[in-house]
Amino acid sequence: MKKILVFGATSAIAEATTRLFAGEGDKLYLVARNVTRLERIRDDLRIRGAVQVETSVMDANSIEQHAAMVERATAALGGLDIALIAHGTLPDQKACEKSVEHMLRELQTNCTSTLSLVTHLANWFERQGQGTIAVISSVAGERGRQSNYVYGAAKASVSAFLQGVRNRLHKSGVHVLTIKPGFVDTPMTTAFEKGPLWAQPEVVARGIQRAIKRRRDVVYLPSMWRAIMFIIRLIPEPIFKRLSL
Amino acid sequence: MDRYRSYQSWGGYPRARHTVKRLIWRDASLPNCDPDAYLLPYGNGRSYGDCCLNDRGVLLDTRGLKRFIGFDQAAGVLRCEAGILLAEILELIVPKGWFLPVTPGTQYVTLGGAIANDVHGKNHHTAGTFGRYVRCFELLRSDGARLLCSACENSDWYRATIGGLGLTGLILWAEIALKPISNPYLAVEAQRIRDLRHFFELSEASDRDYEYTVAWIDCQATGRSLGRGLFMRANHAPAFCANYPRTPLRRLRVPIPLPFSLINGLTARWFSFFYYHKQPAEIHGTIAHYQPFFYALDGLGAWNRLYGPAGFLQYQCVVPAACGKEAIVEILERLNASAVGSFLAVLKVFGEQASPGILSFPRSGVTLALDVPNQGKRTFDLLERFDEVVRAGGGALYPAKDARMSQESFRAFFPGIGGFKPFVDRRFSSSFWRRVMEESG
Repeated sequence: MKKILVFGATSAIAEATTRLFAGEGDKLYLVARNVTRLERIRDDLRIRGAVQVETSVMDANSIEQHAAMVERATAALGGLDIALIAHGTLPDQKACEKSVEHMLRELQTNCTSTLSLVTHLANWFERQGQGTIAVISSVAGERGRQSNYVYGAAKASVSAFLQGVRNRLHKSGVHVLTIKPGFVDTPMTTAFEKGPLWAQPEVVARGIQRAIKRRRDVVYLPSMWRAIMFIIRLIPEPIFKRLSL
Repeated sequence: MDRYRSYQSWGGYPRARHTVKRLIWRDASLPNCDPDAYLLPYGNGRSYGDCCLNDRGVLLDTRGLKRFIGFDQAAGVLRCEAGILLAEILELIVPKGWFLPVTPGTQYVTLGGAIANDVHGKNHHTAGTFGRYVRCFELLRSDGARLLCSACENSDWYRATIGGLGLTGLILWAEIALKPISNPYLAVEAQRIRDLRHFFELSEASDRDYEYTVAWIDCQATGRSLGRGLFMRANHAPAFCANYPRTPLRRLRVPIPLPFSLINGLTARWFSFFYYHKQPAEIHGTIAHYQPFFYALDGLGAWNRLYGPAGFLQYQCVVPAACGKEAIVEILERLNASAVGSFLAVLKVFGEQASPGILSFPRSGVTLALDVPNQGKRTFDLLERFDEVVRAGGGALYPAKDARMSQESFRAFFPGIGGFKPFVDRRFSSSFWRRVMEESG
């Protein structure tokens, strides 16, 4: 029975992942903005077998609340084994180009708020000397593209930050997992036309569960994205800049 | 593996184009969309024909509504959102000693779809339809009204929505009564049947003592052996048995859409021959896990692809007992006389238990279901000739499996239609509904 803290617990990928945890009889502490949605998910997870489900309302952008939230969750669960950070938005790229304020707000949601949470969790787990920090980054962070570079920059920063934290915590035995999903069919991507490259959140959730168990460092989900991103990274910049991606 | 799903029906005919809106939260209002477009709830797309399609309209994809709400493990009462699959419900309830009171031949239908089509199963003669075990549900209408419906509260809406083909509004969640079981197994007996008369004898003798009965009929057999096949009857296994079979783990899947149909007269004949002869002639008893017993075809994922790009048509009728036997003989003979091969025909006697649903299909009598490949006009003409027999016998066709019945047939099969129409939401419609109801010309 593991003790698991989830930020962005009402996101589709987080909900699918916590369903798997519930099936294993884990204890869960769910954090998200919407109290009704948290309650819906809490009831569901309890029926699916979670031994304990606590919920707490917080906007991830309220960075001043992060330290207290980590304390409250660990106290309520009586410890912590896994923290999953899954909150995020898909920024409107055009709006970010027109308004710096808008862009900075999106960077806070998708980057700095995550870095803050990881910092608190890293310190907590370092003291404990074990545990897992799993963070949803994105394949979008591997290369900046005109259609999506604010999101890409945010996720690139998260991925690089996690590399450093993994390096720092390696000697204390703490597992740091960078999750890089490709296209996932969730409410965040409602506006997109879906094709064969799109995965369901349940598939990504199973991948996350497996990667945590196997203590992987970086995982692409579904795994074909490792090959796709390998090729995309190989394209020389003089050519890449001409592509309409 | 879950894949991105195309929004078609299981038979692959007809094809339709939709705008899709996905529903995730049961307290949200209906999504904004073109005020002139019709809406239709869509579950897992396992209806065969066009009752889950809404060509050029909006589909409300309910698969995101898949949360459990409450489970009284002592009383066996489960409340959950409407987009949850029966498979997901079974995964939760079977280890806790409960089972679905009625289940169709696939576990990959949503709870909402099971209510909207008022599905039935191999225990219809003892249990009736799925709708009889729906204690209550919440219905969201396009005007924003939320109706809690049960046999006592909003009972007219309750009766219209059970078997109401998703036309009365969106079912958000429902509460169902479960049945207790000792374990996930069934004590199954299978035996050959020589002909139709033998089927009716066995059916009558078995329906008293066996909870589940069904027969598979070899459509290729003619003359004196017309209606030969296999009869299966079962009860839930007692608390203690000697040998439990292993839980089935392997699942196969048709990996890609096939460019042609693998089902034709020749393959159907081979299949029927082997299926009939692999079974010993005498009664043969086994203990089976519930999955292969109830959901044999679920073992082959995406089996509908075997029929190629043209798809196939399912035909399921019920004919009252008075002329049931003659009608089945007539239909099987007409099928034999045609060049259209059918792989599998299923025969069962329905019981007397009435459904609460106004538009519900199952009624007392004998029901025949068969799959036929879509060979265009030839297939449609054949099924129309079946309809004549069903009309003459005072029977009906199952809308969940239909893609082609005429308006006249629909009116004849469902005389309660006048009482149902006032409950149809003015913003809701389906390809099926427009086909059977729209005034021609």
